[in-house]
Amino acid sequence: MTNTAIHAEGLTKRFGDFTAVDAISFEVKKGEIFGFLGANGAGKTTAMRMLCGLSIPTAGKASVAGFDVYKQTEQIKRSIGYMSQKFSLYEDLTVRENIRFYAGIYGKSDAFIKEKTAFLLKELHLEAEANKLVRSLPLGWKQKLAFSVAIFHEPEIVFLDEPTGGVDPVTRREFWNMIYKAAERGITIFVTTHYMDEAEYCNRVSIMVDGRIDALDTPTQLKKTFEVRSMDEVFLKLARRAKRSGD
Amino acid sequence: MKQFISFVKKEFHHIARDKRTLFILLGMPIMQILIFGFALTNEVKNSKIAILDQSNDPSTQALRSELDASRYFDITQDLHSYQEIEAAFKKGKIKMAVIFPARLANDLDHFNTAQVQLVADASDPNVANTLTNYATAIILDYQDRITNNRRLPYTIKTEMRMLYNPQLKGAYSFVPGVMAMVLMLVCTLMTAITIVREKELGTMEIMLVSPMQPFKIVVAKAVPYLLLSIVNISSILLLSVFVLDVPVNGSLLLLIFESILFTLTCLAFGLLISTKTDSQQTAMFIALTGMFLPTIMLSGFMFPIENMPLPLRILSNIVPAKWFYYIVKEVMIKGLGITAVWKETLILTGMLLFLLVLSIRNFKIRLA
Repeated sequence: MTNTAIHAEGLTKRFGDFTAVDAISFEVKKGEIFGFLGANGAGKTTAMRMLCGLSIPTAGKASVAGFDVYKQTEQIKRSIGYMSQKFSLYEDLTVRENIRFYAGIYGKSDAFIKEKTAFLLKELHLEAEANKLVRSLPLGWKQKLAFSVAIFHEPEIVFLDEPTGGVDPVTRREFWNMIYKAAERGITIFVTTHYMDEAEYCNRVSIMVDGRIDALDTPTQLKKTFEVRSMDEVFLKLARRAKRSGD
Repeated sequence: MKQFISFVKKEFHHIARDKRTLFILLGMPIMQILIFGFALTNEVKNSKIAILDQSNDPSTQALRSELDASRYFDITQDLHSYQEIEAAFKKGKIKMAVIFPARLANDLDHFNTAQVQLVADASDPNVANTLTNYATAIILDYQDRITNNRRLPYTIKTEMRMLYNPQLKGAYSFVPGVMAMVLMLVCTLMTAITIVREKELGTMEIMLVSPMQPFKIVVAKAVPYLLLSIVNISSILLLSVFVLDVPVNGSLLLLIFESILFTLTCLAFGLLISTKTDSQQTAMFIALTGMFLPTIMLSGFMFPIENMPLPLRILSNIVPAKWFYYIVKEVMIKGLGITAVWKETLILTGMLLFLLVLSIRNFKIRLA
């Protein structure tokens, strides 16, 4: 067993003439909270799609949970969880039905689902709402539920694509507490975000500019290197170098 | 398999939760059959007619009572002059006027010939045509009876027999048509919408990241609609047999098999639409114009294909509903077996495979 959750070397994706991701190399350790930052259009989503097995790289090497992104996408899919920026639960299903469904498509046994659902509902204080439609929940709760669903099948790595978009600061704080708890249990967190205060919460942060990773270090070290006081300024310094315009 | 079952379950939850749509999906075929069966019919019954009898003799009285006795006509007005005819039509109270000239019986007796004038409201040409045909038939019938005693030197009579549908009931042609329409609507439209909805919601992405294979996702999406369609096929057949008296003359098993084949073709088409579009509106629009309109116009159900200009006749061949409509008529109404429809069955199967291959290829391309 190695200590590496994600390993990428020269990972590249081209669409015709356009190089969306330009030979990025990085490593994410097990149990780490890894912040994957970049302006819109910098190539974050494309890189993430390749790591999730949704998109085949043009060149380079990468492995996720020890599986190769070219040949072992099935195994990768089994070992990861995913939560997208779009809210991804079904509004017209109840809380319980949503949990059941997502656990079901990961092939979990009924006994496992039953036990874990009870535990989860208790932890989220959603016992009373278990049979209510998700539509009726406040956004913050939905978001927390979506995260819990994404790690319900106990993946090794969970990919979070701007998970806190449109959520108030208090809920964001609670959300990050959940992320910490998951990391303590050994789940590797790979998260993209636009909030620089969230970047400070990460163990390590990479910043993408024009398809390349221009900086990769702990938030403290990054601030030192760039001689600034906040991640916000680090990000701005780097993002100004971008030639591509965001969309 | 477990994944698959939880997916199908989820689909049923979606459908069951949306009561209005479910009601429409299951109620629509019943409504359509009843509307087509009882309200929208091209048969003419109890049409109001007026009579202008300038002769008033035994012959005209006999003709009059024959017309009145038939179930096609209802004499509602007696006219007294030509001027009144137009007035009556203008009021819209009558569909046809029958005019007996003066001394009709007299002419018959002495010259062996007499004339009866039929004036019909041709603002609706089909009805006018039908009415004059019926009236002519009744008058000829009467003529037959009075000439029975006196033998004419030469006569040719046509004997007609309406095969497969002796009463010329409209139901015989619209039951297959409604079946094609309903299956198409449920399958093509609903599959397209339900898959595109997942794309809009962003849940499709989650599913693609999950270990569930894309192929299984698609099949799981289609299963509930296949089952709904089987319910619809059953309700249409039951209604047509027990309410409209349209029998299933051929093999029920073959009929159901063909219906499922058509259902699958529609599902595949819906799937193809869903791989090509990203919004529910676009999907709905394409499904309606791409499948619903051709089904109504070019399947032969509403308008006979034989009378269409050549380009349309050629175009009609790519409409799956045309072949299905033909098959159902042959099997259900004429009672023929697979030997009569194997060619059409093969064409439908070909269309199904073509659409399936195309949509699965598209689905995969999107992933790369």
